[in-house]
Amino acid sequence: MQRFSSTGPATAPATVGEAVGVSKSFGETRALVDVSLSVRAGECHGLVGRNGAGKSTLVSLFTGLIRPDQGGITFAGAPAPSLADRAAWLARVACVYQRSMVVPPLTVAENVFLNRPVAGEGAVINWKRMRVEARELMLEWGFDLDVDREAATLTVEQRQIVEIARALSIGARFLILDEPTAALEKVAIDRLFERVRRMREGGVGVLYISHHLEEIYEICDRVSVVRDGEVVLSGDVADIGQARLVGAMVGSAPPRRATEIEAVDRKGALGDTRLEVKGLTVVARGGSVRDVDLSVRAGECVGLVGLRGSGSSTVADAIVGLLKPRSGSIAIHGVVGYVPQDRHARGFAPQLGIDENVTLSVLRRISRRWGLVSFRKRTQIAEAEVARLQIVARALDQPVATLSGGNQQKVVVGRALAAEPAVLVAVNPTVGVDVASKEALLDAIGQVRDSGVAVLLVSDDFEDLRVCSKLLVMVRGRIVSEFDEPPWDRQRLIAAVEGLEVAV
Amino acid sequence: MAQPAAKSEQMVVLPVVARRDFRYVVVNWFRELTLVPVIVVLMIAGALVDPIFFTPSNLINVAEGGAALGMVVVAESLILLTGKFDISLQGTFGLAALLGAWLIAPKASEGLGTEWSPALGLLVVLLVGLAVGTFNGFLVIKANFNAFIFTLAVSILLTGLQLGWLGGQTVYNLPAAYIYLGAESWFGVPVAVWVTVATFAVASLFLRYHRIGRSMYAIGGNLEAARAAGIPVDRIRIGVFMVASVLAAVGGLMQAGRVTAVTAGQGSNLIFGVFAAAVIGGISLDGGRGRMVGALTGVILLSLVTNILTLSSISSTWIDAVDGAIILIALGLAKVIGTERV
Repeated sequence: MQRFSSTGPATAPATVGEAVGVSKSFGETRALVDVSLSVRAGECHGLVGRNGAGKSTLVSLFTGLIRPDQGGITFAGAPAPSLADRAAWLARVACVYQRSMVVPPLTVAENVFLNRPVAGEGAVINWKRMRVEARELMLEWGFDLDVDREAATLTVEQRQIVEIARALSIGARFLILDEPTAALEKVAIDRLFERVRRMREGGVGVLYISHHLEEIYEICDRVSVVRDGEVVLSGDVADIGQARLVGAMVGSAPPRRATEIEAVDRKGALGDTRLEVKGLTVVARGGSVRDVDLSVRAGECVGLVGLRGSGSSTVADAIVGLLKPRSGSIAIHGVVGYVPQDRHARGFAPQLGIDENVTLSVLRRISRRWGLVSFRKRTQIAEAEVARLQIVARALDQPVATLSGGNQQKVVVGRALAAEPAVLVAVNPTVGVDVASKEALLDAIGQVRDSGVAVLLVSDDFEDLRVCSKLLVMVRGRIVSEFDEPPWDRQRLIAAVEGLEVAV
Repeated sequence: MAQPAAKSEQMVVLPVVARRDFRYVVVNWFRELTLVPVIVVLMIAGALVDPIFFTPSNLINVAEGGAALGMVVVAESLILLTGKFDISLQGTFGLAALLGAWLIAPKASEGLGTEWSPALGLLVVLLVGLAVGTFNGFLVIKANFNAFIFTLAVSILLTGLQLGWLGGQTVYNLPAAYIYLGAESWFGVPVAVWVTVATFAVASLFLRYHRIGRSMYAIGGNLEAARAAGIPVDRIRIGVFMVASVLAAVGGLMQAGRVTAVTAGQGSNLIFGVFAAAVIGGISLDGGRGRMVGALTGVILLSLVTNILTLSSISSTWIDAVDGAIILIALGLAKVIGTERV
């Protein structure tokens, strides 16, 4: 295998990994179309694109999880090994996912040499040698980590180091970092960049995937933009301005609506403040938030917009009491209805019927003396919600598990609305549902807003925002900008969500 | 190992020393030896209950009683470390010893009458263990049956076979070679105790120093990461089931040797004590965590409790209740003193 041990780029830098004209389809969906992308030794190559653009398919191709339909992958000029030969792939490329691949009960050194003997070692572990080698490795790459620590005690940042060190020690010189900063604090991000620079100097090629464009400008040499399965822009970071980058991500031809997002223009009829959040600070796995202020009035729908990990769903979880804030206050006037993010985990009881699911939140109201449930009231309430949300089902007692995704989501929303809430908190209420269900759901949310409910809509789907009268954009746990007057400019909104200065 | 090219001049090359940080060593041992204070208290209690407690013959009795249990605890701990468990070890514990005895004992002492040589009988014991372990391993790991309900069913089946074959009788009058393990002593200490201690030591060293041993921790700690690192996850897990069942069969042989007979009820309800010993000894039910030293202290604790209860004047019908209460107390103590246990 070729090694990249020369530091001076005397000749043209070699590539560590390259995709040549790869295409990949899943059934009808064309995930990648004739994509070519190369990562050179000693460069950091940024890969950006909105969700579903094809980034993760490309990563799967580069790591040998799937095979391209057309085109090919090469490492250091040699064709990729067969998919079955995992060891060969591990020696060429490594991807640090957000999902941790560290074994908690083992030490750092053991994790680095997981399932690999260190030099001169047979089946019996030479602990001393393993520790020395792990320590040497950490020193060589400038990683500051005690190799004797138990991996269970490591921070997210330190686990990344373990995974990177593991890959480097196997001999991989092509590293894919998949949103490595999503769960990191600012100082940790700076340290990560320092490590990336160091690896670059050491001849490692890095494919850097991030939603945060300012990181691309800070750490990457080149950048490629994928949209709808194609590479639409590729070049030196220095030559590509922010506006051009955002433009390439969004696309020049707006898909359904114009560049402006249509929205309600309804002021005036707002009532009292129903939900008021002040100085909210929450430490959470899904994205911590700091000093968040917001308020929602009756008859208003506020959209809280942010990428995954930005903390927008953390705010919702804190409001409904699923997460305990570290500091700050949350004042709610009246009952809260909640549409959770993960409808399968928190949304419904799959084996129960539509009627039971919808009335789970109002069991007290539909029960008579001694807690006996009134079936008549239950049917009434369920029928009302089925009508309001246009739920398509054979019968009221049909198990929710047998409904389509869109109708399941309607049941979840119906349950939240059955409680006749004063405040409705909905997280990505239309994710994964068909177009018709999406319209029905958004119409229903619009109706309850008009009936005087205060709605907080947390979403990263811009089409959801048409029912909003105000938008707050969250980046890295803080509200960074506010859009007051609809309609909103799509470009400016995307730039804000991606963490760029609004400079268009 | 690859030579990274990052050795630029400005980097200070520090001397690399393989130095262990004593903090981790101390914390780890502390975690393993949580039960030692409890054991000390129990020994004092034992001495107060009956002066016989501290006589060598009684202490050897304690050790002998713990030996057979200990074999099954090692077996169960190995499986627990890889993130699975096996209830049928108690069935193997009874049935393997029974089949061996049945084939070698004369008809007059409830044997089949084939009167095979003791060596063949011992071989049968090991083979039964291997067969049950292979069966369980393949069906739990490869066919993905739920370990709890599947091995529970196997356990009921094995115990039922044992009872059916013997019709509730006891096989006795076994040849010396067959009961050697449980009946003989070296240097005044029963062979079974030596073998169990050696098994603990070997398992402990294997887990710490062998690649497969470390892989077992990796499998129990993060299955996906272990798979991604190229560890033959399924092969190791099935292998662990096989080894564990063989160990359980040997444990059954110890028990048979100790009472010089195989009863129809040998092994029933054993598994609860096994789980209790392993878990209070710090073997995590979630997998990937715990050491053999801890499991050994769990075995010692349970054996002491049994012995003291026998010595005390507590009515035998109450022993199970007291046993359960003491296990609960030990679990509580382990939770308070130890970190991330139970």
